[in-house]
Amino acid sequence: MLRPVDRVGFEVRAGEILGLVGESGAGKSMCGSAIIGLIDRPGRISGGEIALDGERIDNLPEDRLRRIRGKRIAMVFQDPLTSLNPLMTVGQQLIQTIRTHLPVSSGEARDRAIALLEEVGIPAAATRIDAYPHQFSGGMRQRVVISLALAAEPELIIADEPTTALDVSVQAQIMALLKKLCRERGTAVILITHDMGVIAESTDRVAVLYAGRIAEIGPTRNVLSTPSHPYTKGLMASTPSTTGTMHALSQIPGSMPNLRAIPKGCAFNPRCEKAFSVCFKDIPILEPVDGSEVACWLYDPAVNPETKEISGVSE
Amino acid sequence: MTGETPLISARQLGAVFDVSKPWLNRMLALEAKQYLTAVDMVDIDIPKGKTFALVGESGSGKSTIGRMIVGLQKPTSGQVLIDGEDFFAISSEKKKMAMRRRIQMIFQSPYASLNPRWRVRHIIGEPIRAFDLLPASEVDGRVAELLDQVGLAKSDGEKFPHEFSGGQRQRIAIARALASNPEFIVCDEPTSALDVSVQSQVLNLMKSLQRELGLTYLFISHDLSVIRYMADEIGVLYLGRLVEVADRDTLFDKPRHPYTRMLMDAAPHIDAFGRTAEIVKGEIPDPINKPSGCSFHPRCTLTEEICRRDRPEVREFGTEKARVACHLCAD
Repeated sequence: MLRPVDRVGFEVRAGEILGLVGESGAGKSMCGSAIIGLIDRPGRISGGEIALDGERIDNLPEDRLRRIRGKRIAMVFQDPLTSLNPLMTVGQQLIQTIRTHLPVSSGEARDRAIALLEEVGIPAAATRIDAYPHQFSGGMRQRVVISLALAAEPELIIADEPTTALDVSVQAQIMALLKKLCRERGTAVILITHDMGVIAESTDRVAVLYAGRIAEIGPTRNVLSTPSHPYTKGLMASTPSTTGTMHALSQIPGSMPNLRAIPKGCAFNPRCEKAFSVCFKDIPILEPVDGSEVACWLYDPAVNPETKEISGVSE
Repeated sequence: MTGETPLISARQLGAVFDVSKPWLNRMLALEAKQYLTAVDMVDIDIPKGKTFALVGESGSGKSTIGRMIVGLQKPTSGQVLIDGEDFFAISSEKKKMAMRRRIQMIFQSPYASLNPRWRVRHIIGEPIRAFDLLPASEVDGRVAELLDQVGLAKSDGEKFPHEFSGGQRQRIAIARALASNPEFIVCDEPTSALDVSVQSQVLNLMKSLQRELGLTYLFISHDLSVIRYMADEIGVLYLGRLVEVADRDTLFDKPRHPYTRMLMDAAPHIDAFGRTAEIVKGEIPDPINKPSGCSFHPRCTLTEEICRRDRPEVREFGTEKARVACHLCAD
């Protein structure tokens, strides 16, 4: 049995953007899929709970989950071309989504669809509504996907690498749009990305994932400018920047462990300079450290800093 | 640029692709032939031992330039000079081969660029055999040396590419590129497929190899932060044209072209909490029907009449000799 996500817990408030950041294989997309109930068999949620507005949703039967999915929780995927139907016009897809979730006539749905396209910044929305996805550019397509996500006025949007396939100038446009929608509509957003820059500029709080667990979670400014977990520290020190003074990039040795061979104890221990005895035995849990929560034995009050032996880490 | 001859120079390099529909379709629809100018009059000089970086968004022509410089694609116009010699003008196959040995390339995806059926030592030994650099008995020893140079173990030579992570595969690709003792390596987005912690390992490795072996790099990336870390001189491409060329510090301290400034503002900053980048109008236009005059004018905030009408020539600015193609740039 593989465990791509392990005892991950977080909250998102209305009007807040929570970032899930991590490298490939960290389990960030799996967290998003779990919330919206899109885990493919044989995968399953083996423990824990997911609650939307206080109501538990992870144990709902499929037909009730379906009424939540797309209506109360919407998802934006990385590649807008694969999440749009190439055989239907953008308008047909929007109208279908609107009418599935809201009791409106097709005329009303169309008006609403045009208003949505205008809201996400598509010029000449009244005529563009009858165009097919391939007739839009990459950035415009992602706007269409966002308008689809907004169609039923969801309380939560899960955006999984929404700008990874886009050029920087378009990425800036899409992130500005997501932020504006979140603030104006009070929608909660879970933003999944590997890009620390996007996290810094767009999120209120951030959870750093490593090998399926949260290594560190807290207010974004806190976590990124004064990271506590050795992994977060390493990640920040190895991220090149376009601003500030130039310094040599430090590097974390090795790479993210394979799911089939997650090390015993703290999963980060083979790559951690500071690893000591207990790190190889037991899994650390999240403890409050400087306004964030950190899962690292270095910050455990029960661990005596005197007696810990710094182990020679071999790769 | 100093008086010495640069190791690599591109002179008025151009690439035009015929993107017309088939003949019969054109006749029936009465359409003219269509051409896409992917690279437009590009001049690049790379001194020995330095890194020149090309940055641009998708469709800017950066990979096409890389391919033309390594000789994978014949330029439609202009020349590529390697140590003063035009690669495409060399007629003798033997001399061509000798030239090819000096130039290597590292590709973006280490998943697609390594033969999955070959053992790593076979992959890395291939250039040595192809250029007949060493007697067969010495190849394995040289491969072991190369593996060590890129931070892999000798025993890794017996494995297949699928047994490695992305970062390790890129190390294998680097070892293969080094196998022919090249002087110049074109690196086309070498770390875009890698995670940040692994990216920094590969970037640092490339830097230290450059110092050790005196390598010259053409480094292609869309990521300004990576470019800043690696480059000595930077060229900013927009729709096939170099809109600005300057040394690294000049470009980052004083970007002159409006497009360069836009690119720098739009790139997410890891220390700019809650910042919203200045919104840029529109997206990269259709390269087949480029805007008139300056290609950037429909998205530029400064546009004046002349920008719509005339193509801006490259002019030099400041003591740093930044080369900028903008009508309105006045230092």
